[in-house]
Amino acid sequence: MEPTLKIEHLTIDLPEGADRPHAIRDVSLALYPGRTLCIVGESGSGKSMSANAVMGLLPKGVTVGSGHILFEGRDITHLTEEQFQDLRGAGIGMIFQEPMTALNPLMKIGAQIAEVFEAHGRLTPPERAARALDLLREVGIPDPERAQFAYPFQLSGGQRQRVVIAMALALEPKVLIADEPTTALDVTTQAQILRLIKDLQVKHGMAVMFVTHDFGVVSEIADDVAVIELGELVEQGPASKVLVNPDHPYTRRLLDAIPKVEFHETPAKEVPLLRVRDLVKEFRTGDRVVRASDHVSIDLMRGETLGIVGESGSGKSTLGRAIVQLIKPDSGTIEMDGQDISRLRGAALKAHRKKIQMIFQDPYASLNPRARIGRILTEGPMAHGKSRAEAYARARELLVLVGLKDSAMDRFPHEFSGGQRQRIGIARALALDPEIIVADEAVSALDVSVQAQVLDLLEDLKTRLGLTMIFVTHDLRVAGKICDRIAVMQHGKIVEIGAAEQVFRHPREEYTRNLLDAAPGLELQ
Amino acid sequence: MKILTRIVGRLVKAAVVLLAILVLNFLLIHAAPGDPAAVMAGEAGATDEMFLAQLREKFGLDQPLHVQLWKYISDVARLDLGYSYRQQMPVLDLILDRLPATLLLTGTAFAVSLVFGVLAGVLAASRVGKWSDTLISSVALLFYATPLFWAALMGVLLFSVTLGWLPPFGYETVGSGFTGWRRALDIAEHLVLPALSLGLFFTAVYSRMTRASMLEVSQMDFVKTARAKGLSPAVIERRHILRNALLPIVTLAGLQAGQLVGGAVLTETVFAWPGIGRLMFEALTQRDYNVLLGVFFVSAAMVILFNLITDLVYGIVDPRIRVQ
Repeated sequence: MEPTLKIEHLTIDLPEGADRPHAIRDVSLALYPGRTLCIVGESGSGKSMSANAVMGLLPKGVTVGSGHILFEGRDITHLTEEQFQDLRGAGIGMIFQEPMTALNPLMKIGAQIAEVFEAHGRLTPPERAARALDLLREVGIPDPERAQFAYPFQLSGGQRQRVVIAMALALEPKVLIADEPTTALDVTTQAQILRLIKDLQVKHGMAVMFVTHDFGVVSEIADDVAVIELGELVEQGPASKVLVNPDHPYTRRLLDAIPKVEFHETPAKEVPLLRVRDLVKEFRTGDRVVRASDHVSIDLMRGETLGIVGESGSGKSTLGRAIVQLIKPDSGTIEMDGQDISRLRGAALKAHRKKIQMIFQDPYASLNPRARIGRILTEGPMAHGKSRAEAYARARELLVLVGLKDSAMDRFPHEFSGGQRQRIGIARALALDPEIIVADEAVSALDVSVQAQVLDLLEDLKTRLGLTMIFVTHDLRVAGKICDRIAVMQHGKIVEIGAAEQVFRHPREEYTRNLLDAAPGLELQ
Repeated sequence: MKILTRIVGRLVKAAVVLLAILVLNFLLIHAAPGDPAAVMAGEAGATDEMFLAQLREKFGLDQPLHVQLWKYISDVARLDLGYSYRQQMPVLDLILDRLPATLLLTGTAFAVSLVFGVLAGVLAASRVGKWSDTLISSVALLFYATPLFWAALMGVLLFSVTLGWLPPFGYETVGSGFTGWRRALDIAEHLVLPALSLGLFFTAVYSRMTRASMLEVSQMDFVKTARAKGLSPAVIERRHILRNALLPIVTLAGLQAGQLVGGAVLTETVFAWPGIGRLMFEALTQRDYNVLLGVFFVSAAMVILFNLITDLVYGIVDPRIRVQ
């Protein structure tokens, strides 16, 4: 069979001063009708660049150095802007990572879809509107007659991604390029979008280029897999071969780094360290009231790792933040050492705070960019009365403990990679010698190989320092790997709680079952 | 329905703010040094205590402050802004007499700066880095940094004194007896210099803001989506970038519109433009309290009114705000 899209020895040059001369080097790929090629790599590998090059959408300063891109046998490598305009949307459609920002906030979605026809001078305006409505129906938007007049902000993330897909499919392109289209979505939404893309591909016989970092997604959707490491294509082949029996050590390393569910022995003695009772917290925006925490009661046992899992909006982060005292609950109690800590004020609250510390999701935003690491790690202890010398000495120890050099003290956050910053975040949390650590999606922003290292570090620290941990996450694989017990949250309520093994193997609730089914590449050993 | 309750809610708030401004204005004026009775008596050439006392009694200046305040507020509530004894006219009539000239001046400056500012900004943004962008940005910076009165005086020097193209001051040619279109043209000629010099600053601000805002929006994801559809750069710029980039401009325009009544004191003084600004300036030097309070009141009411309009316009241009 002839490939629809063929990339031959493509090299994309980066502007001078970048960390390497080429985004990708000498990459050859082929897309066949009715098949999905997954391009897998970690952040910075250059995997998105090949997709953008095909669309003629490379960022300023980034250029095709050598090689060819052939679409249906025609060389499209160096088309003019006008020629690319004809091709985009008509021959090749593209969907993007961020559904929340991929649509014009000031335009009704029906009009945004109709624009595709307008761009290519097809149909009359009433026909365009009618086709837009058909497309909304085809991608499964509920109540499409009303939805066509909605603005993007009135739709959920999953619905917006469906709209973007509808736009990409409007002119029935031969090739669909999907750049991490489900990374920003919840697992159940992700599963729906993946199924939609698969269905549409079969129906229209498209060739799909699917760019992702997530091997779970790859195992769900790929026919063929190409693995890219730092711009080099290291392995390519059918999914059944690459995922099961990879040739290249890098592929094997990535596959090994995927969190595997390992069930822990539940500690025999169960002494509650923290008791949450009837916790209620509401958020208001205008007339809308969201009960993010709806009479939540939960016990945290000394020495355990408790996972709180759920989709976005389930209230899992609210619970974590209430426990760290970052938000005041409307009612209910949080007891620790026999006192209700949610009612503490002033000096008592300050003295209590050091007992519960938090690790945040975004390693880039959670460290003050203008403060040196030394200051970041010592501010807390010094606020709690340690001398400067003591605090700095302890900070050096902590850096070594989390696997960094103590020379990091005099450097700024931007000098570190995402994984290293998360280690600094962990050291900051440990600087106050807390009893409880609340980790809110602490590894979600990291690449799998880095994620695996940070998870190992957390486990190791937990045992060595006798910590108790609350691990808030949307990723069931991560929860299954690290947690002793798991609480599943939905709509501000805990719908199921139990030992990790029991929740994974014998879920009692429908919702938990759905979550487990939707999680891509979740395998139980 | 929802929008109506919102407007009513805003109007109630506006009334409260206006009342607070009334009280504050009144107290501030009365805290200022200088006795209006003494000024009036002085100008009349009389220094006699009896005469002063008579004046004070006649204008209610002998009453306790809170009585005067209460009388003032209840008068204003009936749209009675008092009587100017210096001009021998009711304050409201004085203001209404001067208002059209000011609105003509500030309104023209507003429209000119908005149109030219946004156009220049769009042009600069679409040619970012090229010489036309550099030129526009430099000229904007120059306008931005030039003091208004200096630009006005230089304008007069060049276009009136040296070139003789435009009249240097005034509202119309005195004693010309023009009527109809001839008169309108005459006023328009007089309007050019003051309106341009008043609008310079905001033209610069709009163009800088439009440029920055367009460049910011053009980096957003939905612009890439639009390109992936195969839309032409011109359509993307107009429909996707410009519309989103105009949101901060609305805020700024609302701010400028609030100054439509009170913002032209300097320009009106330089160009002898018979508007509210000059009325206020004269009242200040003559301690004509009623006129001063009246001007303050009208310009405060204008600021509040344009704030309200800005909010409504926001609701039209940004659907996300409409719903909340």
